[in-house]
Amino acid sequence: MTLALRQPSVIPGFGITLGFTLFYMGLILLIPIGAFLLYTAQMSWADFWQAVSHRQVVASYKLSFGASLIAALLNLVFGAIVAWVLVRYQFFGKRVIDALVDLPFAMPTAVAGIALVTLYASTGWVGQYLEILGLRVAYTQLGVVVALTYIGLPFVVRTVQPVLEDLERELEEASAILGANRLTTLRRVILPALLPALLTGFALAFARALGEYGSVIFIAGNLPFRTEITPLLIVAKAEQYDYPGAAAIGTVMLLAAFVLLLLINTLQWWTARHSRR
Amino acid sequence: MPRSRFSRLALAGVTALALGLSGAALAQQAATLLNVSYDPTREFYREYNNAFAAHWVAEKGQRVNVRMSHGGSGSQARSVIDGLDADVVTLALAYDVDALHDRAQLIPEDWQTRLPQNSSPYTSTIVLLVRAGNPKNIRDWDDLVRKDVQVITPNPKTSGGARWNYLAAWGYALEKFGDEDKAYEFVRDIFANVPVLDPAARGATNTFVQRRIGDVFIAWENEAFLAVEQLGQGQYEIVVPSVSILAEPPVSVVDRNVDRKGTRELAQAYLEFLYTDEAQRLAGKHYYRPSNPEILAEFAERFPEVNLHTVDEWFGGWRNAQETHFNDGGVFDRILAEIH
Repeated sequence: MTLALRQPSVIPGFGITLGFTLFYMGLILLIPIGAFLLYTAQMSWADFWQAVSHRQVVASYKLSFGASLIAALLNLVFGAIVAWVLVRYQFFGKRVIDALVDLPFAMPTAVAGIALVTLYASTGWVGQYLEILGLRVAYTQLGVVVALTYIGLPFVVRTVQPVLEDLERELEEASAILGANRLTTLRRVILPALLPALLTGFALAFARALGEYGSVIFIAGNLPFRTEITPLLIVAKAEQYDYPGAAAIGTVMLLAAFVLLLLINTLQWWTARHSRR
Repeated sequence: MPRSRFSRLALAGVTALALGLSGAALAQQAATLLNVSYDPTREFYREYNNAFAAHWVAEKGQRVNVRMSHGGSGSQARSVIDGLDADVVTLALAYDVDALHDRAQLIPEDWQTRLPQNSSPYTSTIVLLVRAGNPKNIRDWDDLVRKDVQVITPNPKTSGGARWNYLAAWGYALEKFGDEDKAYEFVRDIFANVPVLDPAARGATNTFVQRRIGDVFIAWENEAFLAVEQLGQGQYEIVVPSVSILAEPPVSVVDRNVDRKGTRELAQAYLEFLYTDEAQRLAGKHYYRPSNPEILAEFAERFPEVNLHTVDEWFGGWRNAQETHFNDGGVFDRILAEIH
């Protein structure tokens, strides 16, 4: 019995493309991350712990991770609906709406933040009516969620859209012919096919929200222990030239984000394998 | 625009070479200078740079092109530390210029003694901006601790300008009660009245002016004037407190950079020109208090007399003030932990 160690590929060039990938990832991603991990490494364990476990910092983790999670969940549900409408129906102005989806990518986040706070402040167009309902958005944790939802909108839409386009309608017809009602078709046929894309979009929106700074600081109010996001505390540390402290908090965010993304990716991998069976 | 300037420069260079001109002719090209400054100096330096360029051409026959960089004072200092090629820095507080020495040895430790008036050619102070008619009847710092008053100020942790606000309030309380504990309580009570803590002055202005949140906005005098002027006369009033701090935004040549680039003479002249009568009047025009008392007197109507104290008098210098009050675990952190 012979064992082929390397199977010849139809398109050669594995070595060179992998080499390039590693070089590129190293240059663009790993070196900057390594540089700031190096800052963290200069700290003693006690200093590190003190920097990352301060009461004010812990409060900001809760807000940053919590609000990012809620925002990503909102985008998961409503982004999927937007993608569905854009793929499945023809209507006047569809292209315009399709183009609008990408707007949060293009707009400077500070502009978005100022626009949102102008709308949602108690003097704003939307805010004054919400005020009557007893709902305050600007300068509350809810405001943070609103901003993070705004900037995360495109991710789920854009990841789900191409998958939906490829989804064969015959499958749904077959499902219907076999006697499934609409809900069952949605649950057993469509959703499993979309799940990997939904998870990817969710992960992207979540990760983006974690790191967002520009738009949030305008609407958050930035009160310590209440509406202060973690990236703001990192800026505050840097402002007093406390680079190790800033890097330490950054490291915690990075690790937490990495673990969460890894979890989501594993889940995605698992569902992809599961649905193929 | 820089690209077109560059291509023009390149074209000029090629032409000069083609004509076989000597290097000496190239030296007659406009000299450039990079001034790294903080945000609200934009209008002042735009006009000042023209005045200086005219002066330099008359004096040395050389054209000068001063490029400006504006941003938050702290982040501007960090850029210079990280290698931004500034010839001179004109920042909001000495602590940020100190950092150029402490973090990167770009300038000598005694930089602040090299130019008159603590290297601050123009100064300002901290005043209280209130809404038209002063509906809450705010007269002095004491009114800021009242329960019915909402105060807007940026966060001293992230905004260099806001550190002056905090120190002014602290200094006032110190003068009044003569007691650090009382001063702590006083400043704590002010910050308990702050509903929104913006990271930078621009956001805070936005909160006060656009969102109409708060009854009083603690601001630099020059920025308060700008707000009154730009955001409509008659909508805001400036209340000058009885005691305040002398805000000294300092300037310095960045030694390491000018020595490498060979621009020391020009950079030095650029900063010294700030102390001439012409430049002092320009500063006054742009709402900074001229450091020259005679020129200041010309603007007596604009700048009422205030009992002003310096950071050195009240806090023993910026390094001290920063360490005691604003660094992690400092007094301001204790205040935040107590009120939230």
